[in-house]
Amino acid sequence: VTEDALVVAEHRRGELRDVSYEAITAGRELADARGGDCHVAVIAGDVDAFAEDLNREGVDAIHVVPNGEEFDHTVYQAAVRQLAERIDAGSVVIPNSVNGLDYAPALAEDLGVPIATDAIGVAYDDGLSVTREMYGSKVETTVDVTGDRFVVTVRGGEWPPAEGVGDAAVETAEVDLPEPGARVTGFEEVGGGDVDIADADVLVSVGRGIGEEENLELVEALADALGATLSASRPIVDNGWLPKNRQVGQSGKVVTPDVYIAVGISGAVQHVAGMKGADTIVAINTDPNAPIFDIADYGIVGDLFDVVPALTAEFE
Amino acid sequence: MAESIPAREAIGSSESHYTPNAGVSIMKVLVTVKEVAAVSDDFAIEGTAVAPADLEYGLNEWDDYAIEAAAQLAESGIAEEVVAVTIGPERAEETIRTALAKGADRAVRVWDDAFETGFADVNAKATVLEAVVADEEPDLILGGVQAADTGFGATGVALAERVGFEHAAVVNDLEIDSGAGVAHVHRELEGGIEELTDVDLPAVLTVQTGLNEPRYASLRGIRQAQQKEIAARELADLGLAAADVESDLTIASMSEPECESDAELIEGDAAAAASRLAEVLRETGVVA
Repeated sequence: VTEDALVVAEHRRGELRDVSYEAITAGRELADARGGDCHVAVIAGDVDAFAEDLNREGVDAIHVVPNGEEFDHTVYQAAVRQLAERIDAGSVVIPNSVNGLDYAPALAEDLGVPIATDAIGVAYDDGLSVTREMYGSKVETTVDVTGDRFVVTVRGGEWPPAEGVGDAAVETAEVDLPEPGARVTGFEEVGGGDVDIADADVLVSVGRGIGEEENLELVEALADALGATLSASRPIVDNGWLPKNRQVGQSGKVVTPDVYIAVGISGAVQHVAGMKGADTIVAINTDPNAPIFDIADYGIVGDLFDVVPALTAEFE
Repeated sequence: MAESIPAREAIGSSESHYTPNAGVSIMKVLVTVKEVAAVSDDFAIEGTAVAPADLEYGLNEWDDYAIEAAAQLAESGIAEEVVAVTIGPERAEETIRTALAKGADRAVRVWDDAFETGFADVNAKATVLEAVVADEEPDLILGGVQAADTGFGATGVALAERVGFEHAAVVNDLEIDSGAGVAHVHRELEGGIEELTDVDLPAVLTVQTGLNEPRYASLRGIRQAQQKEIAARELADLGLAAADVESDLTIASMSEPECESDAELIEGDAAAAASRLAEVLRETGVVA
């Protein structure tokens, strides 16, 4: 029925991703708010093992689609559309991941329903209200969605993972699957090389605030003085100033050092996802409203070109 | 197989390399471009919007990489025409001129009174772009992964579904084999993993930052851009009505996120702050 939620699990290279369990929590919230059931769909090779893992408290039914080890957007779109239509699920909940965004918008078009992406909160009263950010996390908005059917993608790390063991019925979904459109030919791990920033106890991490490539000397000197390893946020790597193996964040490495010193890094959500587990976080930034200060333990609001050399001098 | 022609030297990136096929199939490329707003350090919220005076407009960072990819395709002889399209008011012409200065041959700017009142959702944008695609009939559509302001990251893939093109989202490596009609791409997954995928043309690719090194517009390019066409279109010109672009999403409220910081802010001039921070770092026991 329309009150039901359908959550689509995400996995990669044989493992369910954490955001799958978080999406279940979001789906359960919507189902509760609307008085419906929470369904979970998993499309995979080894569906039985995944179905067992996904059978958490709050899950009413699990629909398995045995099809291939890896993600294929054409298959996902077709399978989820048919499932959503069969269940008549009004709320379709998908992780806001690189793969989620590779099929959710097409699915919404296919279903003829609106889509709201990158939700950090959901509520359903007379209709769906989604909390999401704008302007690079500087602004938070509530977005109202018209109608009782929609696709919503949920940001990782915003909901607690569903836990416990549920008593969901597991069934194999009868769906017609198309030929894959895009063809996956392989995977590549990037960012290998001489240094593994994930092993470092102390990281000096540099961001867009450094301005020019030649200014990197400043942070290199600080890293040397501290016996630390140099890492970076995305723009530095995009510019080719440091290699990919130095990148901290969602698409780079997740690091958990004892000390993380963020220099000229604003703290976009994709960066924070890669370093929030550090024991002690220090931020040096000119913008007092930079989101990096939200997760920092110590902050200096100031010009890195003054502060960094002074700090280096303290350790020389 | 045709010989691979390296991207022009000034670009200096090894990320993008194209394989043109001796004129067997020359493509038309459509680049979707958005003028985005950024908020200034101090800004005010008025109702459900940021105060107009506190918004600064510019080319969406992701789209800059899409423009560069298209410009490189043109330079290597794979694309015979690059058309930039934007949905935006007259103000956006300055931004779309940037795309023209960087290599797009001409531009289409769609705007209508219907957009003045609200917030265009993914569906509304896909409707407009679908009509432009029907006019232009491109072989390849490139756009940024997301817009820096609204950050939906959905328009490209929704458009692909509308027009029946194949697609790939979050592309950070691109090689076109126009003879075979295939785009060999890497999709940047989370955690430093890239998926290698072959996508049949015609296709929509959403482009991640870092794909290439976007050029600065040259003085010559800027001069030439003044002569290039920006065709202004209203909904009626595209065979659409206001009802076709009605948005299902409305912004009900807007606020500044609560500051969750419990950081100890270290005050004082640079020397004093550095001295105190050094103390803090030594207390952790991991630096001497």
